[in-house]
Amino acid sequence: MKGKMKLSVAARREENWGWIMVAPTIIGLVILNIWPFLQTLYASFCEHLGFGFYKFVGFQNYINMFQDPEFWKATWNTIYFCILTVPVGIFLSLLVAILLNAKVKGKGFFRSVFFLPMVCAPAAITMVWRWIFNSEYGILNQMFGAHINWITDSKVVMVTCAVVAIWSAIGYDAVLLLAGLQNISKSYYEAAEIDGAGKITQFFHITLPMVSPTLFVVLIMRLMSSMKVYDLIYMMVEDTNPALSSVQSLMYLFYRESFVAGSRGYGSAIVIWTVLLIGIVTVIQFVGQKKWVNYEV
Amino acid sequence: MKTSSMGQSKKIVTIITYLALGLGAIIMVFPFLWMILTSSKTVTESMRIPPSIFPAQIMLDNFKDAIASLPFVNMYLNTALMIVFRVIFAVAFSSMAGYAFAKLHFRGKNILFGIVLMQMMLPSQIFIIPQYQMVAKLGMANTIFALVFPGLVSAFGTFFLRQAYMGIPNEIGEAAYLDGCNQWQSFYKVMFPLTSSSVAALTVFTAVFAYGDLMWPLVVNSDLKMMTLSSGLATLRGQFSTNFPVLMAGSLLAMLPMVILYLFFQRQFIEGVAMTGGK
Repeated sequence: MKGKMKLSVAARREENWGWIMVAPTIIGLVILNIWPFLQTLYASFCEHLGFGFYKFVGFQNYINMFQDPEFWKATWNTIYFCILTVPVGIFLSLLVAILLNAKVKGKGFFRSVFFLPMVCAPAAITMVWRWIFNSEYGILNQMFGAHINWITDSKVVMVTCAVVAIWSAIGYDAVLLLAGLQNISKSYYEAAEIDGAGKITQFFHITLPMVSPTLFVVLIMRLMSSMKVYDLIYMMVEDTNPALSSVQSLMYLFYRESFVAGSRGYGSAIVIWTVLLIGIVTVIQFVGQKKWVNYEV
Repeated sequence: MKTSSMGQSKKIVTIITYLALGLGAIIMVFPFLWMILTSSKTVTESMRIPPSIFPAQIMLDNFKDAIASLPFVNMYLNTALMIVFRVIFAVAFSSMAGYAFAKLHFRGKNILFGIVLMQMMLPSQIFIIPQYQMVAKLGMANTIFALVFPGLVSAFGTFFLRQAYMGIPNEIGEAAYLDGCNQWQSFYKVMFPLTSSSVAALTVFTAVFAYGDLMWPLVVNSDLKMMTLSSGLATLRGQFSTNFPVLMAGSLLAMLPMVILYLFFQRQFIEGVAMTGGK
């Protein structure tokens, strides 16, 4: 005797429809993602012989990687980029969101303006920033009579990239945070007003706890995408720039190793490492959120 | 007395709010403005010290130079086709799968949904080398197909539309069923139209992402005629490394279509992002 109940005709028909309707997506995901993921994992233990042929070499790629100063520098650059962009970026986004949430005229206009970089390809955006930051003729140096090599000085270039990254992401994060702020019921503020709580007290006791779940989502998303940063740095700093090693992120190194140098085994090891790093950071975030994210109301 | 001082401090807060927003808006707009101004300058004009803010004349020479060195017509077409196909596939397949995951009972549902979640967790770069090798093996490098390839299905879209279908009461589907619709009809005729705002959001999300994507088009289509606007710009950067007026003109040309769409559909863009981001 089987423990299963025999499916009715209707239920069986429903099941068939279920399978048919998920089939394109699932087959696609298996071919486009699951299988490639396994291949990348395997390739990270292989040497690429060219033309897609691989030879198993065990942990050699990882050993080479961990002994390579350029790799460690890229790892640090990636983390440094996150440190420079994420806290400041999220702070400014929250500020913009709060300002937009106040009773201001032209709210829609300001929101659209802040959001503008989102609809522009990073490749196009960075082009004008390179011009603004140009050391000889750039408007920034000229305005302040400075002679800073924003893009070629290895000590400054990361800050330059961070500024562009923050500028690009502010509107996007602010729109998400604004949605969170708008969900806070006005009655809390009215009650606080009656109790005589000032604006600052209201911010720390109502706004911040109530918006913390959205803040957490934004933080996780921003961190994940910052750890994968590539296009912005690639466009700002070409691979002939002497300051490249000071700004090269893991994904930039991955691109150069895999598609410029053709070391796809080594490149795969770098990308696996990056995924592990993102995983670790995300787990830390999820553990840490219990201390500050408020899911109560 | 007290009320008037409160009114005054309120006024000050309002002024500060406007000042801060205005300053922010200037910082956001300035790069675009500077791009437009520079695109009409000659090279010598752009390198003047002290800088000349406004170009001496409005001229299109830089645009002509940019168009002469990059096949912009092809790039527009490639980008547009990539976006259109990715959107069609993402919306069609994700709607079907999202509906099935939300509303139908079938064996293996949880495992299959696990595959969807797994793909969402992994960064897209982890798939890039094998995906490129597949495209190369099929002999499909330097085609529109290659540009669309990684976007044929969308795990995020499936997840996102599943949420949308879960928000629709079961009774609606059951009513359609009692009216003699089969599962497909009740999905296609009744449920799918109800998710239009989510579909719009997914469309915006897919389009903006595909438009900005740089690594994949750079890797898979090396032929200048098959490049997207993003990867083409990266090439232009190499050719005119110091001729900023031409670079600005090229960037403007690349940005224009999406910015124009944005100006017309601002609300849909912003709400789309607010919806997809708030997952």
